Amino acid sequence: MNAVNHLSMKNCINSLLFVLSMVCMSAGAQLHVEISGVGETQIPIAIAGFTNEEMAPQMVSKIIKDDLTRSGYFKVMNLLGSISETDTVDLSTLKSQGADAMLVGSVQKTEDGRYDVRYKLYDTNKLTTLSFFNVTQSPQFVRVAAHKVADDVFEKLTGIRGIFSTRIAYVTKSGPNYQLEVSDADGDGVQIAIRSKEPIISPAWSPDGTKVAYVSFELKKPVVYAQNLVTGQRTLVANYKGNNSAPAWSPDGKKIAVALSKDGLTQIYSVNVDGTGLQRLTESFGIDTEPQYSADGQSIYFTSDRSGGPQIYRMSSAGGEAKRVTFTGSYNITPRISPDGQTLAYISRRDNKFQLYVLDLGSNQELRLTDTQDDDSPSFAPNSRYIVYATEIAQRGSLGVVSVDGRTSQRLTTQAGDVRNPTWGPFMK
Amino acid sequence: MSSISTKLALVFASAALVSACSTPKVEAPAPVAEPAPAPVKPVETRVVAPVVAPEVDPLNDPNGVLAKRSVYFDFDKYAIKEEFNPLLAAHAKYLASHTARKILVQGNTDERGGREYNLALGQKRAAAVTGSLSALGVAAGQMEAVSLGKEKPKAAGHDEAAWAENRRADIVY
Repeated sequence: MNAVNHLSMKNCINSLLFVLSMVCMSAGAQLHVEISGVGETQIPIAIAGFTNEEMAPQMVSKIIKDDLTRSGYFKVMNLLGSISETDTVDLSTLKSQGADAMLVGSVQKTEDGRYDVRYKLYDTNKLTTLSFFNVTQSPQFVRVAAHKVADDVFEKLTGIRGIFSTRIAYVTKSGPNYQLEVSDADGDGVQIAIRSKEPIISPAWSPDGTKVAYVSFELKKPVVYAQNLVTGQRTLVANYKGNNSAPAWSPDGKKIAVALSKDGLTQIYSVNVDGTGLQRLTESFGIDTEPQYSADGQSIYFTSDRSGGPQIYRMSSAGGEAKRVTFTGSYNITPRISPDGQTLAYISRRDNKFQLYVLDLGSNQELRLTDTQDDDSPSFAPNSRYIVYATEIAQRGSLGVVSVDGRTSQRLTTQAGDVRNPTWGPFMK
Repeated sequence: MSSISTKLALVFASAALVSACSTPKVEAPAPVAEPAPAPVKPVETRVVAPVVAPEVDPLNDPNGVLAKRSVYFDFDKYAIKEEFNPLLAAHAKYLASHTARKILVQGNTDERGGREYNLALGQKRAAAVTGSLSALGVAAGQMEAVSLGKEKPKAAGHDEAAWAENRRADIVY
């Protein structure tokens, strides 16, 4: 009997894998979010309720306010009542009350049963309209509409692309049950991608956000699969003799780098997404693992203990000579390179604590981002400004999100069991 | 012996009775020469029929040396400690004489450290075991060295006792 139970939101009947139960599970337990800290500068923004938002399954103005507050870049001023995008507004008064910007809007139902969220973003200093737009979504994804509004507001006012409508994937463990789950960046809208009685580790999003590669132990050894989240179809990426792990997609989505022990010691290889075309990339006498492509696809960062203890190296994505990148401390692992190429995140063991660090590759300055002791699995948000990571609070696995400057942080926990191995999904349409 | 003679006598007697009670003849047919009854062979009671008792696979003996399937390691180490040499020798001997048998050697680490790096460290422990078995004559095709890293700890605690229990390679048949 297959130990793996796979369910996908829309395609339970079409699932190619053996399904133990015919019930389509759409919601796992929601992640609970706690925030702390504020950013260096906070933009004061006045936000009222959106007119008619009570008719939609979610209160969009609340989601927008929560997103902007959580980002650490904003100080939200709550306005009473609701103001639509067609109402006249007194920007000068708001300016005198301390607001630099104002957001108003409305929710309407379309003929085909979807929800249309309309909004207007004003600049109270210049007395201009910064954005006047709308987002339409099906009832199931009204949340996403709200996140997209928040993304637009964020980008218009900070110049940085917003990540509120992105998703994260992570693994949960509850007793003997493991699940790979996908949720919105705020922990809401949980969907279950795969259930197993054996561990799942190292999930990795494809660049287009439709697939996740991961390591499964269902065959009593680590094996790499790639799963299409939309169709539920799963392909075997690597099952060579020994270990198969640490999948990382190339930015063009065509190859996956993996760590294989097929030739003795764990070394780095690349394969095509369908598992063909195996190429060996490293040839060292140590452990080489945890490959990560740079955003331009030219380099691979990885962990190697060829110098005695694990450190982070960089090589061409075609393999060959590697250059050492980390020199502080005797144990540096799990490299992650920011999409903008400026920051390297990693886990370093110092004084028996495993903590999240970032290295500014321009200035070579290192900064410790956490005060916890058992951090693992960092992953950059696609705008390079935040990192989600796994940690342990009161002996339970939970997730943390921290801004790259260390100023704002959040914690995401489940009600029961452990959460681990988070990975931040890409920008999607 | 006498009981058997008695039984034989009864057999003859009953045979005679049966023939006497056969269907009455309507007319006297020509006499038919009846073949003489086949002689009954006396049963040889001095023969001993050998029985081969089913063989107990030493692998299934809960008290045998093969019942021990785990090799333990010191922190950050992959070297096989001397105390495990007899265990490895026993498994090597069994595998060499049972070439259809295959083993999966699963290496494990304690909970400290990154998941992927620990997966590779556990692999080194498994490889140390298969390396020793290979040196003792086991064919490579009979073994696979893999790792579970820190994903499946046997001991759930967070102290040295639990960690020591988890720094382990298991031979799985």
